[in-house]
Amino acid sequence: MKFLSEYRDPKAAEQLAQAIRGKVTHTWTIMEICGGQTHTIVKSGLEDLLPREITLVHGPGCPVCVTPIDLIDKAVAIAQRPEVIFCSFGDMLRVPGSSKSLFDVKAEGGDVRIVYSPLDALKLAKTNPQRQVVFFAVGFETTAPANAMSAWQADHEGIENFSLLVSHVLVPPAMEALLSSNNCVVQGFLAAGHVCTIMGFEEYFPIAARYEVPIVITGFEPLDILEGILMTVTQLEERRHEVENQYARAVRREGNRPAQNTIAEVFEVTPRQWRGLGEIPASGFQLRGRFQKYDANRRYPSSGEPARESPECISGLILQGIKKPHECPAFAVKCTPENPLGAPMVSSEGACAAYYHYGRRQNHELVQPELPSPASR
Amino acid sequence: MCLAVPGRVVEIVDGGDIAFRVGKVDFGGIRKEISLAYTPEAEVGKYVLVHVGFAISVIDEAEAQRVFQYLEEMGGLKEELGEIPQ
Amino acid sequence: MADGKITNSFNLSCPVPRVADDRIVLAHGGGGKLTHQLIEKIFIPAFSNSMLEQRHDGAVVSVNGSRLAFTTDSFVVRPLIFPGGNIGDLAVNGTVNDLAMCGARPLYLSSGFILEEGLEIEILRKVVASMQQAAANANVKLVTGDTKVVDKGKGDGIFVNTSGIGVIDGNVKSTIGPQSVQPGDVVIVSGDIGRHGIAILSVREGLEFESPILSDTANVWPAVEALLNAGIDIHCLRDLTRGGLATTLNEIAADRDVCIKLEETAMPVDEVVQGACEILGLDPLYVANEGRFAAIVPAAQADAALDVLKKVAVSGGAVRVGKVEPSPGRMVLLQSRIGGCRVVDMLSGEQLPRIC
Repeated sequence: MKFLSEYRDPKAAEQLAQAIRGKVTHTWTIMEICGGQTHTIVKSGLEDLLPREITLVHGPGCPVCVTPIDLIDKAVAIAQRPEVIFCSFGDMLRVPGSSKSLFDVKAEGGDVRIVYSPLDALKLAKTNPQRQVVFFAVGFETTAPANAMSAWQADHEGIENFSLLVSHVLVPPAMEALLSSNNCVVQGFLAAGHVCTIMGFEEYFPIAARYEVPIVITGFEPLDILEGILMTVTQLEERRHEVENQYARAVRREGNRPAQNTIAEVFEVTPRQWRGLGEIPASGFQLRGRFQKYDANRRYPSSGEPARESPECISGLILQGIKKPHECPAFAVKCTPENPLGAPMVSSEGACAAYYHYGRRQNHELVQPELPSPASR
Repeated sequence: MCLAVPGRVVEIVDGGDIAFRVGKVDFGGIRKEISLAYTPEAEVGKYVLVHVGFAISVIDEAEAQRVFQYLEEMGGLKEELGEIPQ
Repeated sequence: MADGKITNSFNLSCPVPRVADDRIVLAHGGGGKLTHQLIEKIFIPAFSNSMLEQRHDGAVVSVNGSRLAFTTDSFVVRPLIFPGGNIGDLAVNGTVNDLAMCGARPLYLSSGFILEEGLEIEILRKVVASMQQAAANANVKLVTGDTKVVDKGKGDGIFVNTSGIGVIDGNVKSTIGPQSVQPGDVVIVSGDIGRHGIAILSVREGLEFESPILSDTANVWPAVEALLNAGIDIHCLRDLTRGGLATTLNEIAADRDVCIKLEETAMPVDEVVQGACEILGLDPLYVANEGRFAAIVPAAQADAALDVLKKVAVSGGAVRVGKVEPSPGRMVLLQSRIGGCRVVDMLSGEQLPRIC
């Protein structure tokens, strides 16, 4: 596939890896923000190509993982209503709430449906006028324009049996929160390429300057990530802390203006709870103005039951990159994808799930030491 | 975050309002109807990046080549100078 | 627990563990971990005997000196009719293939139908016609059957169960099954993977194809027969159905406590199937197949086996995809295209399309 397959070329990958090896004189800790990038790294065993001086830590770039538990409980409650068709992206279905997940609701007979696009949910509302269609609008800024458009079109066409349960989270505030923490180990960032496709990357300049960290807007294929790491390491070795764009084939500095305009019309910025991290100011979206009528949170009052969390899952430390999944005592023992203790084990973008499925690694080696070492160094 | 996949625009269906503009996008042999509301500059033959049913960017083909040009230069340099010391 | 608080007092919080273990979920039928848990926790303890505990596609039994293979399979596919076939094709080919995986010549099938009230008879006619054709093609006879009807809403149109008997010819020496797999063996796949699952999903997801992806449902006995006739020392055969190649190989690796090491560059995936997997966020290693099998043979026989397979239509695309190693046991590993290594885990739950 064009613009995809070329970025998986093994010779080019080895060339970039060699260039990285040639650059490092120091140990560096780099964080990739986006769950999609984590997925690629672990799935392609990319860390095997990197010199030991480089440590990759995985960031909170998984909106599924950071959706607050009381919102999952709310989704579950709404989905259990007989008049509701509850639509969601696939990832959200297995995330555990206080007592159950949307998958459980489906197993018990609830009308829970996976959709590819929010417009599919809107279509369901049009073809099922006697039902209430609720769409779980989860995501980072990348998904916001699509979700905004569904509300916009609903309003334009006067559709009333449609609502959104919004759980949008924003990346730059999360990065700032991580950087301002005393425990921050991250020295350079691979920023989320698709988020920046929408929002551009103006917001990163003050962050790079204030915290003196290089930020490289990076894509999602193995070559993108290797090139992003190369650019970050080069900056670190040269003691620079600038914003650079590796993903220039898709990202422009000003981002996608029409998308930003629709987002601004439909959403406004609010403080937001991040599961595992707590509240981060100005880090979420909610519906505004005439679109508030589509807010499922308002349409369906809460039962008032408090959300219950338990202290065993350390997803907060995982999401901040302070610990790796295999360093969690529950990892692969009590906490597995079939019996997850936390969202990072359930979401296909979650670091714990990625580690569990693709590689239980420690210091660049698979946990079983008899495995012969892979690519030549 | 976000699974976004590149595809080629093969047909455009005008919905009147830009918000309803839709196109047929080809992903290596599979065609899907995709909203072009956010890529007004998309034309037939161009490649777009698609996320949850929406084109979010038109791919800059010149930029897409850049990393391969860089690698070619690097490869050429290596031949001139010998192995890059590690 | 380590203190990981961010300065302005973020509270680390976590969900309560899920305990909903008391109901069947769709994933129990997915062919992956939950299916296996069900088998291990409920079925095997109840029915335990040495033949069942082989956990192979079919059971090999001895009756009056003859070795027979006996198998059963149920088919609940939706939609009933899909590009490349219908539930009837699957019902015959699926059971014929399970017999073939034991090294047995398929002979006789039974068929039980559970029909939903309101089903159009024309659909049933079409399905049955396909079954007759598939049976004729496989040289098997459908010799007995049963029909039940359930209330409207209690079934997906048609559910079919087929059971089958085959005979293992005298010249087939050792038992073909996971217990014969040895470190050093080579893993061969009979053709490109992922077609059936994508053909099904294309209908469900409304995907349009320039040239449609057809299900690969087919009878694979001719390929197995060719291997047996050529005297290839087959260690194991396993057809790739639900859960895909990854699940099949994980089962074998776990049964024999070996490592199976795969090469991503060798993995046969049609370009269009790959494209569909990209946009749906699926991994072809986990996508269902209906006319493909894995063959594990000694390294010295791998080239000969491939030669034989490539001459048979149903296995014309056979390729070597990996090998068996002694450790790390019970694991399937993949050398990725760019040279890294990763674990290929067993399917966990249903493979939900990734969006994000």
